[in-house]
Amino acid sequence: MSVFDGLRFRKVYSPIHNLDPRIKFIYVIAIFVVAIIFYQIIPLLVLFVMQIPFVLLARVQRQWLRSLRGAAFLAAFIFIINVATTYFTSNYTLTAANIESSAAMTLRFVVLVESFSVFFLTTSPDHLGLALEESRVPYEFAFAFTTAVRFVPVLAEEAQTIMDAQKARGLELEKGGLLRRIRNYVPVLIPLIVSSIRRSLELAEAMESRAWGATKKRTNLYLLKLHKGDYALLTFTTVILVLAVYVRYFSPIVIPAITQFLPL
Amino acid sequence: MIEAQNVRFSYPNKVEALKSVSLTINDGEFVAIMGQNGAGKSTFVKHFNGLLKPSQGTVRVDGVETTKTSVATLARNVGFVFQNPDHQLFSETVEDEISFALKNFGFEQEVIKKRIDWALNLLSLTQYRKTSPFLLSGGERKRVALASVLAWDPQTLILDEPTIGQDHEQKEKLRQFIMQMQTQKKTVVIVTHDVEFVAECNPRVVLMKEGKIVADGVGKEILTDPALLELSSIVLPQIAQLFTKLSPLGFPKDVIDIYEAKEIILKAKESRRQE
Amino acid sequence: MAIIEIKNLTYTYPGATKPSINDVSLKVDKGEFVLITGPSGCGKTSLCRCFNGLVPHFYQGELKGEVTVAGIDTLKHHTYEMAKHVGLVFQNPENQLFALSIEKDVSFGLENNGVNREVMRKKVDWALHQTGIYDLRERSPHEISGGQQQRVAIAAVLAMEPEIIVLDEPTSFLDPLSAAKIFEVIYKLNKESGITVILVEHRLDLTAKYTNHLIVMDEGKICFEGDPRQILSTEETRLMGVGIPKATLLFQMLKKEGFDLSGKTPLSSDELADELLEAFKQ
Repeated sequence: MSVFDGLRFRKVYSPIHNLDPRIKFIYVIAIFVVAIIFYQIIPLLVLFVMQIPFVLLARVQRQWLRSLRGAAFLAAFIFIINVATTYFTSNYTLTAANIESSAAMTLRFVVLVESFSVFFLTTSPDHLGLALEESRVPYEFAFAFTTAVRFVPVLAEEAQTIMDAQKARGLELEKGGLLRRIRNYVPVLIPLIVSSIRRSLELAEAMESRAWGATKKRTNLYLLKLHKGDYALLTFTTVILVLAVYVRYFSPIVIPAITQFLPL
Repeated sequence: MIEAQNVRFSYPNKVEALKSVSLTINDGEFVAIMGQNGAGKSTFVKHFNGLLKPSQGTVRVDGVETTKTSVATLARNVGFVFQNPDHQLFSETVEDEISFALKNFGFEQEVIKKRIDWALNLLSLTQYRKTSPFLLSGGERKRVALASVLAWDPQTLILDEPTIGQDHEQKEKLRQFIMQMQTQKKTVVIVTHDVEFVAECNPRVVLMKEGKIVADGVGKEILTDPALLELSSIVLPQIAQLFTKLSPLGFPKDVIDIYEAKEIILKAKESRRQE
Repeated sequence: MAIIEIKNLTYTYPGATKPSINDVSLKVDKGEFVLITGPSGCGKTSLCRCFNGLVPHFYQGELKGEVTVAGIDTLKHHTYEMAKHVGLVFQNPENQLFALSIEKDVSFGLENNGVNREVMRKKVDWALHQTGIYDLRERSPHEISGGQQQRVAIAAVLAMEPEIIVLDEPTSFLDPLSAAKIFEVIYKLNKESGITVILVEHRLDLTAKYTNHLIVMDEGKICFEGDPRQILSTEETRLMGVGIPKATLLFQMLKKEGFDLSGKTPLSSDELADELLEAFKQ
């Protein structure tokens, strides 16, 4: 699924990849907040365009575009729903302003997808796991996360092997109606689940054998340090947030709708 | 009969796993496909039942091209037993497990019952008929997986790394089982890196390296060729290692069987004594 | 000086009808290289787990008898306390590595013990060098071969500097070449660092030569214990289904037919070759 393409990490090193995931996450949350508080199209357009330099700097354009393409379907859906709602609730009238505001809602969704996509595309699971470990999150959760990520490729391979093994016994996964197809996956799911349970047991044994639970105060081989780039991003994020809140709630500036400028 | 001609195969991530491989296996043959991890052995044998289709070249099973038919159809005649039985087992009882493929292939109830009895008996699993396969030991689960493939009596049997995790006695039983299959004129293909096991069976050996076949012939000759084995990162069988060191005594080099080794040594001792 | 002492150990898994370990008594001296073998299901895997307390703490069940490892009674101490003295390496390479980079896996035990970062870094690097995988330290475990993964597992255990390392069929999933390399690493650790090694294996042709303390188990009991040269020559051992090295078998076969090579019973093809060359020189 192409939306997930946008979430998969690629091992390319760029200044964006090296930024502290916690700071990046704060940035993404800030974008989220700003996107929520504005409903006019112009600030949302600004937000959208603002992320592009990050994408280019991180050299993840292709996957990023793919994730947007995947989101396009949902975006179109949101747009149509919004237009339809305003149409039906305003006595069957369709104004340019309504269309613009629907477009703004859609853009809001796109901005959110876009920023999360950039985050996941530029943050390695290791980095993310490390950030989780260094934050106040209990170690068990960070560990569960990194272990899960670590075994994703293993599980994927195993699922393929199991499917092959059952196909070699005459199982035809593509045949039949919906119900039959769901039933056909039972011989694939059960071995996968059993195998995962066995694996968990072996992992638990290995963990115990390596002193899991010895102390509450775990140390870490790695250390996440904040660098200049992180502080720059943090400053930038704060500025954006403050500016946005000011413009929206405290300043007399009224943001025009684009339709005002169009000869309609 | 399995015919592979100039097969090339690349995985979706563009890695070329098979670089123009050709091989013919006649009915009733016993072939061991050997090579280092990553040589392409498993990839190659997965073409025999259509799990993988060649990117270039053809694979024919009994005259039918694998690209023109489904895995289910090919599987009727080519049974594939995977390395890890836990990747197959999912039923509530051993009996259900064995009947799975039979039902998929559309066998009639009467025939299914007979086949289950036969398979259980062949692999000494009759007492476990109503047992859950998950409660059995590792070796027993391997037998259940094997039984479930034998049940539909395919002409060809492919075993992927059948000796992993097995102790000496289990391997001996496996060897005898393969011999039994051979007497029934079944084709047996094993993919393995267990040199000792292959030395004891002395089948036709196909050696692979980096997606190509580098040797194809009598087990005895290939398994005692140090240059060839080093090329494919395979260890000499123990008896061959011994005879390599005994070359100053003028002994033949192509010995892999312990009884043959004994005879040669005793004969040499006799002839020395007579001098 | 005994570093492991087991007295009349009997263990039954929860829900099992008969014990997996049946009245086993065992003594291992510091610095020894012990080899344990036996047919599948003989109890050797369960025995391994007794050394660091997984049995009975993790597996529950019923345990009778005494198990003292590095002076500690395993019944009265947590597995994480045992981890400092006994390292356990398991059969499946993939399922004992859980970090996203190899060096993080190797540091796992040290992190659990709250070891300071600088000290940890040194120990991790040392362990990586000892097992010859220093160059792989930043890779992810899924990218490397099975043999390399097992070396990571050994390094991970080694980093905690235990007195004893127990390995439960570590080469089951590996090809013979990788297996031989693993055994060399283990033997080196035993010889050079004096770490007591307990190895459970079927591949006696590759491992019998490293030990002078062989234990053969069957049905939860110790059937034979002592010098491999003696044990592997007997008919009983052969009938048990133990994988006797071909050189040893051939030696016995020749003896039976009147060709008695007067040297000691060989455990490897090399040893037999030397003896035959000697015998034929006359």
